[in-house]
Amino acid sequence: MGKRLSTRVTALAAAVLVTAGCSSPVTSPAATPGGGTLVVATAGEPDTLNPVLNFGVDGGSLIFDGLVARDARNQLVPALARELPTVSTDGRTVTAKLRDGVLFHDGSPLTARDVVFTYRAVLDPKVDSTLRSDLDMLSAVAAPDTTTVVFTLKYAYAPFLQRLALGIVPAEAFAGADVNTAEFNRKPVGTGPYRVTSWTPGDRLVLAANDTYWGGKPANAVVVVAFVADDNVRAQRMRAGEFDAAELAPKLAAGFDRQAGYRVQRVPTADYRGVMLPMGNPVTADVAVRRALHLAVDRQAMVTGVLGGAGEPAFGPVPPSSEFFEPSVAGRPAADPAAAAAALDAAGWEPGPDGIRVRNGRQAAFTLMYPATDSLRKELALAVTADARKAGIKVTPEGLTWDAITPRMKTDALIMGYGTPYDPDFVSYQLFGSAFAGQGFFNPGSYHSPVVDEALQAGRGNAGPAARRAAYSTFQKQLAADVPWVFLTYLQHTYAVKDAVAGVTPRVEPHEHDVANSLWWNIHTWTKQP
Amino acid sequence: MTAFTSAGGTTTAGPAKAPARRRRLAGAGVVLRRRLLVAVPVLAATSAGMFALGAASPIDPAMQYAGAAAFTASEENLAQIRANWGVDDPLPVQYARWVGNLLRGDLGWSTSRHEPVTSVLTARAGWTLLLVGAALALVLVASLLLGTLAAYRRGGWFDRSLRATAYAVQSMPVFWLGLAAIAVFALTLGWLPAGGLTDVTATTTDPADVARHLVLPVTVLAISQAPWFVLFIRDAVAESLRDDHVLAARARGLPGRTVLFGHALRTALLPFLTLVGTHLPELVGGAVLVETVFSLPGLGAVTVQAALGSDFPLLAATTLATTVVVLAANLATDLAYAAADPRVRLDD
Repeated sequence: MGKRLSTRVTALAAAVLVTAGCSSPVTSPAATPGGGTLVVATAGEPDTLNPVLNFGVDGGSLIFDGLVARDARNQLVPALARELPTVSTDGRTVTAKLRDGVLFHDGSPLTARDVVFTYRAVLDPKVDSTLRSDLDMLSAVAAPDTTTVVFTLKYAYAPFLQRLALGIVPAEAFAGADVNTAEFNRKPVGTGPYRVTSWTPGDRLVLAANDTYWGGKPANAVVVVAFVADDNVRAQRMRAGEFDAAELAPKLAAGFDRQAGYRVQRVPTADYRGVMLPMGNPVTADVAVRRALHLAVDRQAMVTGVLGGAGEPAFGPVPPSSEFFEPSVAGRPAADPAAAAAALDAAGWEPGPDGIRVRNGRQAAFTLMYPATDSLRKELALAVTADARKAGIKVTPEGLTWDAITPRMKTDALIMGYGTPYDPDFVSYQLFGSAFAGQGFFNPGSYHSPVVDEALQAGRGNAGPAARRAAYSTFQKQLAADVPWVFLTYLQHTYAVKDAVAGVTPRVEPHEHDVANSLWWNIHTWTKQP
Repeated sequence: MTAFTSAGGTTTAGPAKAPARRRRLAGAGVVLRRRLLVAVPVLAATSAGMFALGAASPIDPAMQYAGAAAFTASEENLAQIRANWGVDDPLPVQYARWVGNLLRGDLGWSTSRHEPVTSVLTARAGWTLLLVGAALALVLVASLLLGTLAAYRRGGWFDRSLRATAYAVQSMPVFWLGLAAIAVFALTLGWLPAGGLTDVTATTTDPADVARHLVLPVTVLAISQAPWFVLFIRDAVAESLRDDHVLAARARGLPGRTVLFGHALRTALLPFLTLVGTHLPELVGGAVLVETVFSLPGLGAVTVQAALGSDFPLLAATTLATTVVVLAANLATDLAYAAADPRVRLDD
């Protein structure tokens, strides 16, 4: 009897255990329904789909269009504006003429009133928009008629047209609504190639083709953006065939180099990593130490080792892909220990008994902070530490949260990262301008240079292309001489893509990339073999 | 029987001839009311404590909201946003505002998700409950069966391998189990999807599709939580098989199945109920990780995000919801205990 019982229970138990596997041997998840649907996966999920609140601001949002857009080389091209907006001779009035016959997804026509509403909403202090600082130069925007928009600037701002890539929202949709809490922010209406069908937070965004898109009917009927925060899980699901393209960390992406049916896209970026050296620290304030560090770091080894080859050495905040790049600032990709030692010797830093350089009883030592959860910055911090040690500089790496880092940025070095390919003014004006010294993330190390201040001002004022190039050349040379930051590498953003997908056209990417501004900026023209 | 004669003080207590089950739960109404009275101050204290902890954290919600835009947004810009949200107000003011809204049925505005807290909860809590509930059911059924069986054949091959497996599983982190399950069942065998709530191209939330997607996460969560329960049941049943009343039942010649499930397991069940009640928070914790590994849109990730972003309204709501679940589970445990054991009285 006992025996019979135990057999039965064993069978039941076994059944419970294997329910997982055998219950439904279904078709492989690789079998995605026929052509016309593209699935892309990204780590970051937007918290709003409203451009006014900072969604897809720099173009490539898929749902919205700006007055201007960027092509595959990041050159400005007209979008909702009929041609590139014109700038008055004093640089303070910008006029845009709207394209005829553009319709929002709900069928209502685009008018100048919508453009005015969009920009006024950003400027409205009651609206929680982090873009307001970007439009600091804008004093007024008006619509003299239904197809003309006139921007009036407080001061001449050469890269202003770059700011017109901001997606335009329909004014009507916000009638009587608070922009911060409007339903629009989750169910947006734009003019772009895709309209939103559904957004399941934490899961995915489903987009359907806008068949009346002014730029031509999209090649794909449906685009799904899956949100998968965990890097390993995203790679696993890509391998299971669920996605047509996915953003992956370089080392995970490299696994797809050998996988049949997939290829890896390594996209150049303006996304740099560098060591911010604060002037408030007696060691890092010494230009000799900063120069020695600049010479001592082995950027080539960081690219090969830390980035797995997905990057290139960085020597300044303007990427080599930019027309404003100054080639003379580029140094040796490999370390130059002899030159580093010479710089320290010349400044009176003598090797101490433990190999650490000393001057006037002070050791060449400082703390290097990095956000502890960012494994890439951690590895870069460790590489800098090892390279510096060879030059006799003692660096103590310290992984912290941003909240612990922020109050210490005036006196402790930090691995920073940012960068945009669009205009050298965008970030550098605040990061290196002395007017922004010690203001949060703007110029945390309090770098002061009258030459740089003047060049940055000349670059953004009412200047022609040649004058701007000269100004940013001066800026980059001065930065290379003063070394307020030791720039380490530009990253490449890496994506795995199914071989069946054609039409992928990578363009140089900024620091941020998620639903918008990613490899799929032109997904409406991709094609896929069924 | 003495226990029940003194239960007469309750209004719901039936006459002496009422069925035993009903009399055992005679004090339930009183207990329910008393627990509710205790729950209110507990919930108030939990929410106040949550606000206090949040205020003590150095995290700036506006900076968190800005994300990478913190590099380009001016201090003035961020200060304006903070002012719009009222997050710089003194703590008591924020708390009073929150409680006031709560009493009107408004859970507030989530600053990290940028939508009403109620929408966040309604969109996600169901999936977490489904995951935890299904995993709990699976754990209970499997651990009762496996544990009892192992106890019955104590020292046999099944008992030894079950215990070895339980110890091994206990040492595996749940996210590792999840990734391993994906590697085997989704990638190698291709039987089950690797993640998500539905097929990524599905246009509707079809129950069969969801069920198929939940098989792996539920099983992984259940397996990760099972060792405690299995080992507990195994030991408790093994112990009670040596109890006098079980030996007596055997001696009377009752069938093995009756003795095992009717006497031994039933004795072991009582402390097991307590274990289930106290283990619930850990199950919820495991669910957070499982949701991440299987990209499920539950409350897990969103709670972490709320904590990192000093999103008081959302954090308060999820904390309260979890507290309510734990309190309810404790109450249910006690009621079940009373129903199962004639020696337990509910009225004191």
